[in-house]
Amino acid sequence: MSASYLKNVASLVFVQEECVGCGMCYEVCPHGVFVLLEGKARIALPDNCMECGACAVNCPVGAIAVQAGVGCLTAIVNSLLRGRKANGR
Amino acid sequence: MEKERQAFVTAVLDTAVGPVPKVATRLGPVDHWGRVLVRLGIGRMRYAIEPGLYAVGNPDGKSPIFVTANYKLSFDQLRGALHKKQAWILVLDTNGINVWCAAGKGSFSTGPLVQSVLAERLAELVSHRTLILPQLAASGVAAHLVRKECGFAVWYGPVCASHLPAYWRNGFKASRRMRRKEFPLAARAELIPMELVNAGKWAIPLMLVILFLNSLLTPESFGLDGRAGKTPLPILLLSSGIAAGSILTPLLLFILPGRAFAVKGLLAGILLNGILFWENYRAFTGEPPSSSAGWLLISLALASLLAMNFTGCSTFTSPSGVRKELRVALPLQLAAIAVGGALWLSSLL
Repeated sequence: MSASYLKNVASLVFVQEECVGCGMCYEVCPHGVFVLLEGKARIALPDNCMECGACAVNCPVGAIAVQAGVGCLTAIVNSLLRGRKANGR
Repeated sequence: MEKERQAFVTAVLDTAVGPVPKVATRLGPVDHWGRVLVRLGIGRMRYAIEPGLYAVGNPDGKSPIFVTANYKLSFDQLRGALHKKQAWILVLDTNGINVWCAAGKGSFSTGPLVQSVLAERLAELVSHRTLILPQLAASGVAAHLVRKECGFAVWYGPVCASHLPAYWRNGFKASRRMRRKEFPLAARAELIPMELVNAGKWAIPLMLVILFLNSLLTPESFGLDGRAGKTPLPILLLSSGIAAGSILTPLLLFILPGRAFAVKGLLAGILLNGILFWENYRAFTGEPPSSSAGWLLISLALASLLAMNFTGCSTFTSPSGVRKELRVALPLQLAAIAVGGALWLSSLL
């Protein structure tokens, strides 16, 4: 069962130079985005990322950044409307 | 409610940190009935349990500690999975919200976890220094910070509580499969009633208004000429739109083509309305063309809109993706509903 969503949208950023190879990102990701290769993490399936933020929160060296958020449609509509209002001011 | 007086508490254990309620690991009819009600949206906000420490079996200082949210479904899954085991359960106060959503919203997070570990004096209760958390709590909890702040290491257990016995047998190591969040048919089907209850909140009043308008403008269509029982086309197509978006899309989620949920919903709508037309084309041809076309447009837009709404329930959609699909689809869906409504009204005049 493939659970892949839109391509090339996820805001996941990983700086491999900072990686200490602890494997936490690999462990906490519910969609297998990361793999461990030669003692370092690597993004294998970027389009599987659902931006839950677990990897970034649990990276002890802050090598991962992702714009995590709640996926509820109403929350997103509200934030888009608020954003538009804020821009209008 | 007092912690010890909850229905699932079978005894109270005397421990180094005071009395700790012991919980049943067999779920009873009350628990199953509660799950049904929750999935229908009845009493969902009251479906919380008292936060704090609980015991499973007769645990001692070496027994593992499992942490969960105070949403009763989460707690029930955990205690059910720990049948015949000796363990401690630490329940965090997440306002009755499930683990994943609570972690995303910050109530299941590093600070509250550390506070709870200290408040329940877990360091005096057990000799080890490990907490086992559901993996989906990881978006709220920073394992390295928990260790720094209270000395307990965080181990992320499997995503699903049902894998806990295997995880335990495996020496508290999660397999690749246990780490993945799937979205199987049964899980998708379980969410459908709630979608329908939410849709019914606006759809039922709307249908009543349409029936009323219909009866005013064309009395014969309301069954006054003896054709009672014939469902008016607007009601039929509103229902098919809702069914396509909120029933068919979740069920056929991985079969429907397209990546965007709005596309999947539109296709489900075309499929369902196609079947409807095939089965009962007179319902369409019996109406003025502008009315049929208008309601078909509304039905398809609704199917697409409700399918898109299901991204909030799905376990794999990213907020960035939802935002992208929303920006394109929502204006089109709203325009289709407006045009459809105008077509219908023009047919009445």
